[in-house]
Amino acid sequence: MSSIATSTDIHVQHGHDAHFGQHHHETFLTKYIFSQDHKMISKQYLISGIVWALIGGLFSVIFRLQLGFPEMTFPILEDFLGKWAPGGRLDPEFYYALVTMHGTILIFFVLTAGLSGTFANLLIPLQIGARDMASPFLNMLSYWIFFLASVVMVSSLFVQTGPASGGWTVYPPLSALGDAMDGSKIGMDLWLISMALFIVSQLLAGLNYVTTILNLRTKGMSMTRLPLTIWALLFTAILGILSFPVLLSAAILLLFDRNLGTSFFLSDIVVAGKILPNEGGSAILYQHLFWFLGHPEVYIIILPSMGIVSEILSVNSRKPIFGYLAMVGSLFVICILSLLVWAHHMFVTGLNPFLGGIFVLLTLLIAVPSAIKVFNWLTTLWRGNIRFTPAMLFAIGFVSMFISGGLTGIFLGNSSLDIHLHDTYFNIAHFHIVMGVAAFFGMFAGVYHWFPKFFGRQMNNPMAYVHFWITLIGAYLIFWPMHYEGFAGMPRRYYDYSNWESFKMFAGLNEFISIVAIIVFLTQILFVVNFFYSMFKGRREKSTNPWHATTLEWTTPINPGHGNWVGEIPEVHRWPYDYSKDGREYIPQTEPIGPNESHH
Amino acid sequence: MKEFFIVAISIIIFIVIFQVSKATEYLSILKGEETTRKQTNKLNASLLFGFLILGLIGVWYCNHLYYPKTLFPQGSASVEGETIDKMMMVTIIITGIVFFITQIILFWFSYRYQEKERRKAFYYPHNSTLELIWTTVPAITLTILVVIGLRFWFKITGDPPKEAIMVEITGHQFGWDVRYPGKDGVFGKKNFKLYNNPSGNTLAVDFDDPASHDDIRSTEMHLPVGVPVKLIIHSQDVIHNVGLPHFRMKMDAVPGIPTTLWFTPKYTTAEMKERTGNPNFVYEISCDQMCGKGHFSMRGVIVVESDIKYKTWLSLQSPEYKTIFKSETADSTTATADSIKTPLAKAN
Repeated sequence: MSSIATSTDIHVQHGHDAHFGQHHHETFLTKYIFSQDHKMISKQYLISGIVWALIGGLFSVIFRLQLGFPEMTFPILEDFLGKWAPGGRLDPEFYYALVTMHGTILIFFVLTAGLSGTFANLLIPLQIGARDMASPFLNMLSYWIFFLASVVMVSSLFVQTGPASGGWTVYPPLSALGDAMDGSKIGMDLWLISMALFIVSQLLAGLNYVTTILNLRTKGMSMTRLPLTIWALLFTAILGILSFPVLLSAAILLLFDRNLGTSFFLSDIVVAGKILPNEGGSAILYQHLFWFLGHPEVYIIILPSMGIVSEILSVNSRKPIFGYLAMVGSLFVICILSLLVWAHHMFVTGLNPFLGGIFVLLTLLIAVPSAIKVFNWLTTLWRGNIRFTPAMLFAIGFVSMFISGGLTGIFLGNSSLDIHLHDTYFNIAHFHIVMGVAAFFGMFAGVYHWFPKFFGRQMNNPMAYVHFWITLIGAYLIFWPMHYEGFAGMPRRYYDYSNWESFKMFAGLNEFISIVAIIVFLTQILFVVNFFYSMFKGRREKSTNPWHATTLEWTTPINPGHGNWVGEIPEVHRWPYDYSKDGREYIPQTEPIGPNESHH
Repeated sequence: MKEFFIVAISIIIFIVIFQVSKATEYLSILKGEETTRKQTNKLNASLLFGFLILGLIGVWYCNHLYYPKTLFPQGSASVEGETIDKMMMVTIIITGIVFFITQIILFWFSYRYQEKERRKAFYYPHNSTLELIWTTVPAITLTILVVIGLRFWFKITGDPPKEAIMVEITGHQFGWDVRYPGKDGVFGKKNFKLYNNPSGNTLAVDFDDPASHDDIRSTEMHLPVGVPVKLIIHSQDVIHNVGLPHFRMKMDAVPGIPTTLWFTPKYTTAEMKERTGNPNFVYEISCDQMCGKGHFSMRGVIVVESDIKYKTWLSLQSPEYKTIFKSETADSTTATADSIKTPLAKAN
């Protein structure tokens, strides 16, 4: 395996030396800022993700104040937000800005970059047995372009007309015309530029992940011996590479429509009393381009969590994951199908009904591999010997959320039902549970599980348990009743429902949801406090393998230096799930198959 | 002051949790980490079981509280919506069964197979028969749902019955305009370049088209009960959506691309007031596609009434052509209808 460490990175070439870490004088700048070490880049992604999650979560708390207490004023808001909250009540324009930014931030910056950026970077080299990524330089570049995208997005929050406000999907013509909405002025250009940079960053990262997984596996690490985390991250990266460029094209065309007078998405429009010259464009074309990424995007978000959860359920049940090949196969099928179902977001756009029918069929097909995964997770728990570490609890919570949110997808994917439920609170409940909360649970599970690998310390357990229980209960209290609001046809993205005879009876429920949302948000701050406290003051982990896991990342020193392994990279002899086999608690992947060992 | 207290109390609770957690961890080291770990393990297993029980009660209680507020108890106000409601119930039952079975198994297994010293985990990596079963069963169930769903879908999106009346609805920031084709049953052509606010031609109707002369424009939609209606949906500026929750219907309004939907109102507004027990009941049109600052206020009203009342109402409306050109001629007495039309068109 040593022959493949011919990376451009000098540090890595020295990786075979026993004292690799001490050869180079690393300055603060090369160690913490422009680092090419995959573990440091992973931490950069994680901490950026946490910062973004706090901002995105805070936005949702602010707009939940408006939804829960539409009649009340909060003078404190005016102190901080000035003209955006005149008299302590949010301006509708700013309400929509918050909604849009909440979606954009959490979907792209937290659950795409923060989640797969963190765990792909941490786990791919460590679990496949590589000293670093195939191109550490591209890896660094990918983070810093992401950082640049963040800077542009943050700057859009401070322009006078406000950030993009047309919803995270930024459908034209609303997003194309500055006259249609203040948020569609300069804020929208910044949004598009930020997204373009973000996509470039994700492509660099994705190409790197795929190349690394395919080429840098250590000796004996055949594809069928990869942990499921790696399979999940591989499919995530492939999906990103195939779908993100389409969003890039949509963003560029939209920038043209906005600034160069083209008519890709515009036709027959009179806005603010002005007759626009645009003719022949199609607003629906944008939606096709957007959802061609947008749908795979939800799997880009959920697949890494699925991988993490599969791994953690197995380790803490002290059992092999049930149906390894079926798990890989279902990931593959989900990956293919997710590229073929985008128009199920467009059933009520006037889509050709026959085409709609095809998309119904393909969409509901996804439920089959999803069901396989759920049943396999459940069987993994069956007759296990379960340790409820915080990571394990979040993994169990993930499965619960995935079931709840996945089943409501069967409603929305069936076009006839979608007519009634489309763009209502049912939809909000569905996607928040299945890709918001579930993906976050996967991310929390991953952070708690691999925290010792990040920092050589453990997080505080009591705080972690409080975090888990309030979050699980709170998430259900927030999103479960929303299904009923959706059954009543209550539309999403409304600033105020009090003038609607059909929806105003939910005022009490909205207030309840807002209060729970605030409590859950505060609980997330507890997690952040725990995270940073434990980073510096947590219990030092003495063992190199605290969870008694079989995978390769636990054969390195607990807090490995650049290059990961001291000495040779170990050879792999078996699959990663030999737990409780032949009466042994676990058998590491590095241990050769014994002469009398039973076959599974 | 109140806000200050809330913030202060939150911070205090926070500090307490933080300090107690730290202390608990020190305590666990004193007591022996392994003992504490076992105790916590047991506690969490019990909590998971408790969550299952309370969760099931919660699901029932939530349903008890909010099901009456959904639209299902009052029934669909359109004939077509009834099939959607039926299918919704079938889907709720099927997914409900799966939901309860899988959630109960998940939390029950977690509790049942919590770590015990004497137990050894069972090495059970795969079983092809089991996996085949849970591939085929969902596949068959979903096929059934797809078949039922598509049958309804093609019926709803297909052509309306021949006797259907036509009504045009146009969305703009932030309101709805309704147009009836008049006696000839044909709408006058529209051309967005003819939009003219001062003259009142905000629907951009081409009044050179004789079909437009008897078209009636209204801000409120009136429909006869029991007669199929086909809506022709336009948008003037951005994408809107004609959301009709009571009729279980919804369709985007896209600038440049007219869309349609059709349904048969089943109850008059007055009947719905009785059915819902709400004297203020109205059929509301909600905009269901984010359309700008006033999205939440883009409300329209549909009045469903008996055929006679509907026809009376319709006969009392004067065509838009007349209202626009009457007011124009009143302004400038010398102008004729023809000479007004020309600058109207040229202005754009």
